[in-house]
Amino acid sequence: MSRHRHSPKVVTASSLLEGDTVWLTADDRWTRNMSEAELIEDEAVAEDRLLFAISQPDLVVGAYLADAAPSKSGPIPVHFRETLRTKGPSNYFHGKQQQEQAVAPASNFEEA
Amino acid sequence: MYQYSDFDDAFVRERVAQFRAQVERRIDGNLTEDEFKPLRLMNGLYLQLHAYMLRVAIPYGTLNSRQMRQLAMIAEDWDKGYGHFTTRQNIQFNWPRLADTPDILDALADVEMHAIQTSGNTIRNVTADHFAGAAADEIADPRPVAELIRQWSTDHPEFQFLPRKFKIAVTGSPNDRAVTRAHDIGLRMIRNETGEPGFEVIVGGGLGRTPMIGKVIREFLPRTDLLPYLESIVSVYNALGRRDNKYKARIKITVAETGLDEFRNRVDTRFEQLRSQFGGADLAMLARIEQAFAPPAFRSAPLGQYDAAREADPAFRSWTDTNLAPHKAEGYAIVTVSLKVHGATPGDATSDQMRALADLAERFGHDELRISHEQNVILPHVHKSDLPEVHSVLRKHGLATANVGLISDIIACPGMDYCVLATARSIPIAQEIAQRFDDLKLEHEIGDLKIKISGCINACGHHHVGHIGILGLDRAGVENYQITLGGDGTETAAIGERAGPGFSAEEIVPAIERLVHAYLDLRGSKGESFLQTYRRLGIGPFKAALYPERVDAHAA
Repeated sequence: MSRHRHSPKVVTASSLLEGDTVWLTADDRWTRNMSEAELIEDEAVAEDRLLFAISQPDLVVGAYLADAAPSKSGPIPVHFRETLRTKGPSNYFHGKQQQEQAVAPASNFEEA
Repeated sequence: MYQYSDFDDAFVRERVAQFRAQVERRIDGNLTEDEFKPLRLMNGLYLQLHAYMLRVAIPYGTLNSRQMRQLAMIAEDWDKGYGHFTTRQNIQFNWPRLADTPDILDALADVEMHAIQTSGNTIRNVTADHFAGAAADEIADPRPVAELIRQWSTDHPEFQFLPRKFKIAVTGSPNDRAVTRAHDIGLRMIRNETGEPGFEVIVGGGLGRTPMIGKVIREFLPRTDLLPYLESIVSVYNALGRRDNKYKARIKITVAETGLDEFRNRVDTRFEQLRSQFGGADLAMLARIEQAFAPPAFRSAPLGQYDAAREADPAFRSWTDTNLAPHKAEGYAIVTVSLKVHGATPGDATSDQMRALADLAERFGHDELRISHEQNVILPHVHKSDLPEVHSVLRKHGLATANVGLISDIIACPGMDYCVLATARSIPIAQEIAQRFDDLKLEHEIGDLKIKISGCINACGHHHVGHIGILGLDRAGVENYQITLGGDGTETAAIGERAGPGFSAEEIVPAIERLVHAYLDLRGSKGESFLQTYRRLGIGPFKAALYPERVDAHAA
């Protein structure tokens, strides 16, 4: 029997203070921009990175592994739920889509 | 309206102070998320898809202008300038920051409001007929009883960790606008043959993944026995309810597995033990509460202005045709303010709109407002002579949509645009359907038609009791929408029947359009509603309209 093929993952969570979506970067930061996230091809590495995320309960809540795909501009979501998390709701221009348009830097999230 | 006693005020303030300390300890790392989560949920604070969400209780949907203005202020100062009124008569703020929530709760306490028991496995905010105290068809105002239940259930030490959440609804009218048959306990105020007031007690109703219409556990419960009997039901459920399986933990499953007769016997046994323990304190309290719900001083005035405005202004006439309900006081009307502008989000109101509604309530509505489970706002007591001015103010604030009870007056849960439990979006589907039928200029022709949309099996959008229900699911990573037909949330309650395979997000609006055109072709007369036509003909012709390709395949 062939083993279930591992699809690439990103580690994602909600920030503790704002409750908004964040992703784990390769250099151990939390970013609010999914394209900066670490795309993890190896299943064991993904589990390890998730444990690292869970070990930071003072920064993030509810960390999990989400399927992602590579693109020229970094990881992009696979499932529509994750697409909504990268943008915000579809009924108002709120959430990430609003922040992206803001002139101020997208993230002042402290390094882990 | 009920006003907090010193006890109520002290209790709510104490809870805010406790929560403030809990938030501080969470932020400074002295509480883990596992420790903090149940504490925040006890105070209505959820963590959703994009942010925290604070669910604020509006007991039995009743508000005064001061409270509405405070909600407007909270939305403006700590959120994004709007609030979302829910299918359980509550309001949700979608964007609060964790550190701000104790201040928000303090601001709520300033106007005798809170977010306690809007989550968790407790007795949730008790809901009631949104026309309570005003409806012409009412036997009695259900709000004093609802308030009594609120006080009894709030922080009830035995019922803070029930097997699952527990919802109670009360109606004082034979026309059930509170969906009592789809609640864990539904109470219908009735009188027995000697004229004594009491309740028909319904138990084990509910929607969700196993929808059930509640069963009558007691045909006539004397009013004096209400609290001990409720406590008996919840107590038996607390002992028998399944804690091993979340999906079998609601009382509807307990009643189904135990059998109604056996469940009733156990409740009766418990009732015999409990009844004497109440000792009349509950009734003394009810008598005090009733004084707070005395009807306002209704006035008489000529209706000339109202009649003239109806004659002169077609928009006003159309609005009065759809958005008014008969009031028990002569010359008065119940105004339903639609929060369903075509193409907008069902149930959302901006801070400006909330303030406009508060002003109207203060000037023209005896300072009362209600939130309906259908996600609209009610001005329960407006004299008809004031309606032209009320309508003109509503128009200025985008609140004069004349569509109550029509196809665009859609209930929709937040769905995957906000909710972590959702499997698909519901708001955009509601927006598209409303917009489509507005473009077709058909909705007044279609008449009474309730569409209800849920973004997951938990059925916050009450899709099972929609004349047309829509359930959003995730089918292999794609949003898919199932249609149910013939549901009914009123006194003739019924669970809708699934029509067949689901539709994609692109296909669902055309499918609804086919369904509605089929109804228009099939109805016996203009006065026959969608539900009546469905009940007369059954699902067959509607299925044929939904799945024409299948009919063609059979014919070939």
